[in-house]
Amino acid sequence: MAALHRQKRLSNALFALPYLVVFAALLAFPLGWGVYLSMQKADLFGLYGFIGTNNYVRVLNDPLFWQAVRVTLLFVATTVPVLVGLGLFLALALNRRTRGSAILRGAFFSSTVLSVTIVTLIWRFVFIPGDGLLSIGFEAMGWEPIGFLSTRGWSLFSVGIATVWWCLGLPMILILAALQQIPADLYEAAALDNASRWRMFSRITIPQISGTLILVAVIQIVMQFQLFGQAQLMTNGGPNGSSRPLVLYIYRTAFENWDVGRGAAASELLFLIILAAAMLQFWVTRRANR
Amino acid sequence: MSAEIDIRNLTKRYGGLTVLDDISLSIAAGEFVVFLGPSGCGKSTLLRMIAGLEDVDAGEIHLGGDRIDGLAPGKRGVAMVFQSYALYPHMSVRQNMAFGLENVGISKDEIERRCMDAAKVLEIDHLLDRKPQMLSGGQRQRVAIGRAIVKEPKAFLFDEPLSNLDAALRGRTRLELAQLHQRLGATMVFVTHDQIEAMTLADRIVIMHDKKIEQIGAPMEVYQRPATRFVAEFVGSPAMSILPAASVSAGTKGASIEVDGVGTIDSAIPLPEGFNADGASVGIRAEDTRPSDTGLPLTVQVVERLGDRTLLYGRLPNGSDLVAQDLGRTTVQAGDEVRIAVDPSAVHLFDGTGRAFHAPEEA
Ligand SMILES: Nc1ncnc2c1ncn2[C@@H]1O[C@H](COP(=O)(O)OP(=O)(O)OP(=O)(O)O)[C@@H](O)[C@H]1O
Ligand SMILES: [Mg+2]
Repeated sequence: MAALHRQKRLSNALFALPYLVVFAALLAFPLGWGVYLSMQKADLFGLYGFIGTNNYVRVLNDPLFWQAVRVTLLFVATTVPVLVGLGLFLALALNRRTRGSAILRGAFFSSTVLSVTIVTLIWRFVFIPGDGLLSIGFEAMGWEPIGFLSTRGWSLFSVGIATVWWCLGLPMILILAALQQIPADLYEAAALDNASRWRMFSRITIPQISGTLILVAVIQIVMQFQLFGQAQLMTNGGPNGSSRPLVLYIYRTAFENWDVGRGAAASELLFLIILAAAMLQFWVTRRANR
Repeated sequence: MSAEIDIRNLTKRYGGLTVLDDISLSIAAGEFVVFLGPSGCGKSTLLRMIAGLEDVDAGEIHLGGDRIDGLAPGKRGVAMVFQSYALYPHMSVRQNMAFGLENVGISKDEIERRCMDAAKVLEIDHLLDRKPQMLSGGQRQRVAIGRAIVKEPKAFLFDEPLSNLDAALRGRTRLELAQLHQRLGATMVFVTHDQIEAMTLADRIVIMHDKKIEQIGAPMEVYQRPATRFVAEFVGSPAMSILPAASVSAGTKGASIEVDGVGTIDSAIPLPEGFNADGASVGIRAEDTRPSDTGLPLTVQVVERLGDRTLLYGRLPNGSDLVAQDLGRTTVQAGDEVRIAVDPSAVHLFDGTGRAFHAPEEA
């Protein structure tokens, strides 16, 4: 009996094996390898020995690292609420069975499937000085043109706009799916209960989709902390590092300054920051929902 | 507090499909009216139109003298109990009941008082702080009723509120609903396709079929004097047996109905002037039959012993099915051939259009 039971459990484990292999190869091993690397003196050609926490100390003493942390936090703190808020707004507006809203849903989602290169090409075309759409528009109005990609503040703003445009599809679709799960009779009961539109929204809609909103926020936090392609291709982190996020800092350190060990150390720090932020978000919203 | 409902020439269409056609109906204040009919006949649609959850395509609805069909659902002064209960899942029982009162700005003390009163009546006062998912089906149902009661509406609307309960609980809740109606004296409209619910709860039953109202009447009236063949067949269990009538002639006490291959059935129905026997039929309830030496020859196929009586399901020589009733301690067995006598005063006659004729009511 017990033997049979054990055998059964073993065969159960067998089903999980393919996933475990992939998990080990693609997630667990690189994570461990990254920690190992971060304690080595290393460049692109090899490892030159264990140096303990030296890489971490140097990263933490690097003002450019702290600049990148500030830039990334600012970026996440602005894009994530915008993505969740705008996603919710679009989902509410497009939660209808009309042909028009189906088309709009497709249109808003379509940007998600583009690669970052295309996205930046499109938005460079909008923001670039001289021939860019905005530039032409400003000129036509007789306004002083703004160097969107080369001015402190505006450069990160422009990257944020492109990012929101690119990433908005997923929050919208996830929230839309959650909205469609809400039973219609709750709204009917609320209508008979004299609930205003706002009361229906705040007392029925939001509580019913709060789980999805948390999920969307956590996904976006994790994703936006990893901002890289848009920043590199649109502004290259400039001017003066004012739009340089952490991943770009890591990339510079490891592959342009050839200090792989230090890059790995910065990566581990980023990992911890993302983990902490996601947990915090999760914890705060859970508490607020009680 | 309770008010009369007046429905005038109401029509409802979904696109090109008409689901209710020119319905008129008056419900007195304090009356308990049940909409009964087969699935898809438009019972829920009619109820939801009273509630304001469906638009009216033509006609008017009045409640307590005021026309309400243009008003928002919340402004009509009705409360509805849904089949699915539709409790707000993230609100406690107390909040569920209070929500509608908060929305119209009733004071906190008054809300608390009404919630406590309703909770006591429904015996859910120990559940007030629970969320709906922590309640059983029967408890949820009580909360849904409580949510309606606290609003002190002019009329209660129920859409199959008992259909998600198990048989025992359904019986008990039915009884409690009847008591609640007595105690509140409120106008109640109740949708069901369960005849027993309809028969036991209703002051009057509205039988609906094919976009129309077939009959409105007290339960026993609907049962004993169905207006149409549809009502006759729909109401009652086991269903009324229907035999095709070949010809109808005036007999000594009333119409004599000839059934091909079976014989003559005598009735106490005064033969209507110019009765057209084309497509006519005769209806017989099991309880109006008994085995005898003469009568219809029935080949018994199934014997259903109910204890106090026995139902004989069988076939007549013309191929029609008939259900007859016998004593509880009958010796009849499946395969036997018996003769069945029919009470002439309880025979129902239907013409080709389905219109029903009955013997005059005994004084
Ligand atoms: N939204 C809708 N669009 C189109 N047709 C509908 C819609 N709602 C209901 N109907 C149709 O209207 C008719 C009446 O529906 P209704 O729900 O009132 O029936 P019902 O008598 O309550 O049936 P049941 O006993 O199964 O609940 C049905 O034929 C149904 O198919
Ligand atoms: Mg229905």
